[in-house]
Amino acid sequence: MRPNIIEQVDTTFIITIGISFFLLIVITITMIVFVFRYNKKRNPVPSNISGNTLLEIIWTVIPLILVMIIFFSGYTGFKNMRDAPENSMVVKVTGQMWKWTFEYANKKISDTLFVPVGQPIKLEIYSVDVNHSLYLPAFRVKEDAIPGRVNYLWFQPMYEGTFDIACAEYCGLSHSLMYSKLVVLPENEFYEWYNKSQPIDSTINIRNTDTQK
Amino acid sequence: MNSQSDTKYIHYLQYRGKFKGIPGWLLTTDHKKIGLLYLIAMITFFLVAMSLGFLMKLEMLKPSSTKGSTLMSAQTYNAVFTLHGVIMIFLFIIPGIPAVFGNFFLPIMLGARDVSFPKINLLSWYFYIAGAVIVLISLHTGGGPIDTGWTFYVPYSIRTTANVSLAVFGAFVLGFSSILTAINFITTIHHLRAPGMKWFKMPLFAWGLYATGWIQILATPVIGITLLLVILERTLGVGIFDPALGGDPLLYQHLFWIYSHPAVYIMILPAMGLVSEIIPTFTKKNIFGYSAIAVSSLAIAFVGYLVWGHHMFTSGISDTSRAIFSFLTFVVAIPSGVKVFNWVATMYKASIDPRTPFLFIMAFIVLFSIGGLTGLVLGALDTNIHVTDTYFVVAHFHYVMFGGMGTLFFGGLYYWFPKMFGKLFNEKIANTGLILFVTGFNVLYFTMFIMGYQGMPRRYYTYLAEFQTLQVISTIGSWIMISGILILLGNLVYALFRGRKAPDNPWGGTTLEWTIPSPPPVYNFEKIPVITKGPYERN
Ligand SMILES: [Cu+2]
Repeated sequence: MRPNIIEQVDTTFIITIGISFFLLIVITITMIVFVFRYNKKRNPVPSNISGNTLLEIIWTVIPLILVMIIFFSGYTGFKNMRDAPENSMVVKVTGQMWKWTFEYANKKISDTLFVPVGQPIKLEIYSVDVNHSLYLPAFRVKEDAIPGRVNYLWFQPMYEGTFDIACAEYCGLSHSLMYSKLVVLPENEFYEWYNKSQPIDSTINIRNTDTQK
Repeated sequence: MNSQSDTKYIHYLQYRGKFKGIPGWLLTTDHKKIGLLYLIAMITFFLVAMSLGFLMKLEMLKPSSTKGSTLMSAQTYNAVFTLHGVIMIFLFIIPGIPAVFGNFFLPIMLGARDVSFPKINLLSWYFYIAGAVIVLISLHTGGGPIDTGWTFYVPYSIRTTANVSLAVFGAFVLGFSSILTAINFITTIHHLRAPGMKWFKMPLFAWGLYATGWIQILATPVIGITLLLVILERTLGVGIFDPALGGDPLLYQHLFWIYSHPAVYIMILPAMGLVSEIIPTFTKKNIFGYSAIAVSSLAIAFVGYLVWGHHMFTSGISDTSRAIFSFLTFVVAIPSGVKVFNWVATMYKASIDPRTPFLFIMAFIVLFSIGGLTGLVLGALDTNIHVTDTYFVVAHFHYVMFGGMGTLFFGGLYYWFPKMFGKLFNEKIANTGLILFVTGFNVLYFTMFIMGYQGMPRRYYTYLAEFQTLQVISTIGSWIMISGILILLGNLVYALFRGRKAPDNPWGGTTLEWTIPSPPPVYNFEKIPVITKGPYERN
């Protein structure tokens, strides 16, 4: 079983915020204590300290170790994010001003992303006009849609429900309305939807697969 | 300290050259007057951009329905946030501290009578004003106000009908101002230091400007060329960035950030230099780890060149490059963190006089630390993927830039005001303004961290209903913060006219500007001083 991306991102976040909060508190409290303790009334004569090499080495090395921990945590989660499982279901997504279009392996086209629960999904992301960015906040993933290239991301919905899909890269007038939905269905319901034939919707401007490849 | 104030002297504001009045100001080559010319322009632009920010936050009070608009239309909102960014970044944050305080104080702190090239110095002010005027004209011509965001990302910036070409041309012209100022500062530092002022006897503000200067000279041409290419692409369709013509949108992002990430250090290094000036003055103590602070400025400037890719973690650049950029980003965080430790350590066993400028430093250290530490969330690859292009980035950026450079711009103004104008200000009012500023700041921007992690994308005209409570709190924060800023500025304007006369050295500073009268004489020094000790050493 793959590690869960959501948990990995949240773990890196908690480690980072934990370290940050600790450092912030140390810095702030120390500063405030010094300002009171070494106030000019209490300590009229300043001592002549201009440095301490050992101390400076310590406070360079410890933060370096701390940030390397964060780096590795972030990198581990990221490796997983980039490594879509072999058995992923591939859905092609096209961003355009200002909507998302999803195209399945059987050429079925939809403006909502329906997926079966538990199935790893790999989204191949295209754009036909300007930059967009497909963002699934609930799954902690996003990847830009850049015209002229194919980007991808993957995620695995573990339970049923409806989730927001936003556009995170500014794309003009209705950027903030470029929302779609991810609907996670039980497997049988998904395939019922998937296999139902559908009249081709000519208003959906799909990417020309041949020239993009 | 022996005062020269009793002896008659002509200070720089009284001095009349060939021309009187306004022409006298507009043709001055006195580095101090040029500093003031920048100051006037910059505060004006700051207030304009702040008002735009105020309007954006007002618009965020409630989500707009698809049809009816609230305060402004979506197109207006997009232009407003673009202009807020363009004005703040290109006209205030990037040039701010070097142009105003660098011009005014660098020669004095080095024991010089002016910068190396006083006429070029005036010319750079004209480039600055010309750039600003061009941006202003762009709003009323062609397709109207630019609506691309301050990053001018292609292909949108190529396709929009707004007047992008003229606006980015304005930014291009501003680049000349930046480069010329930097050349002036670097040559001044190399050639005009007072006798005895070795490199490591130089005030740390000068070190900050020196490191900044090299970034300005080496990085600015990259953005200049990039912006010209955007104009070419729009007018001639040459096919460099536009994928429809065989160009590559990612090429633009690389070029943009090869300048704009180092530019972040152009924005913050002078502020860090200023912190290193103010702390020794109010702690009555030598700065802790002078050489480490001085050298780390150069280290930051250098490593700062190598991390531009961390702005592009979701753009589809290779996985390997993402990992390398993330690693280097963590490395560059270290020298900045070490500086913070050095500043706090300077307060150890000091004799602290927590006057207004020192309180600005305390505010800076807290806000800048929050900004820097949340930068770790953005530097880590997996969390970056989640929070990039959300309010989290907006909050982080404002903590670093506004909490960092912005706080210190006003802090520097408060620190040097008595020297610049020879007037004292009311410290109680200043402290009240500062407390309001810091409180409002945190209410305004901290809520954005939360919204960002919850998935609120940036540059959104409207938003999902679930974000409304935090949006409203954030907007209220903006009102508190702005009232603090207005008090801080109003207090100085009042002091300018009604303030008591300032002594030569009101804070007990040790650097050279405090050894000359307030306001400084036209040629700064009657006799060029000879330096025998470090900048912050006391006898
Ligand atoms: Cu979009």
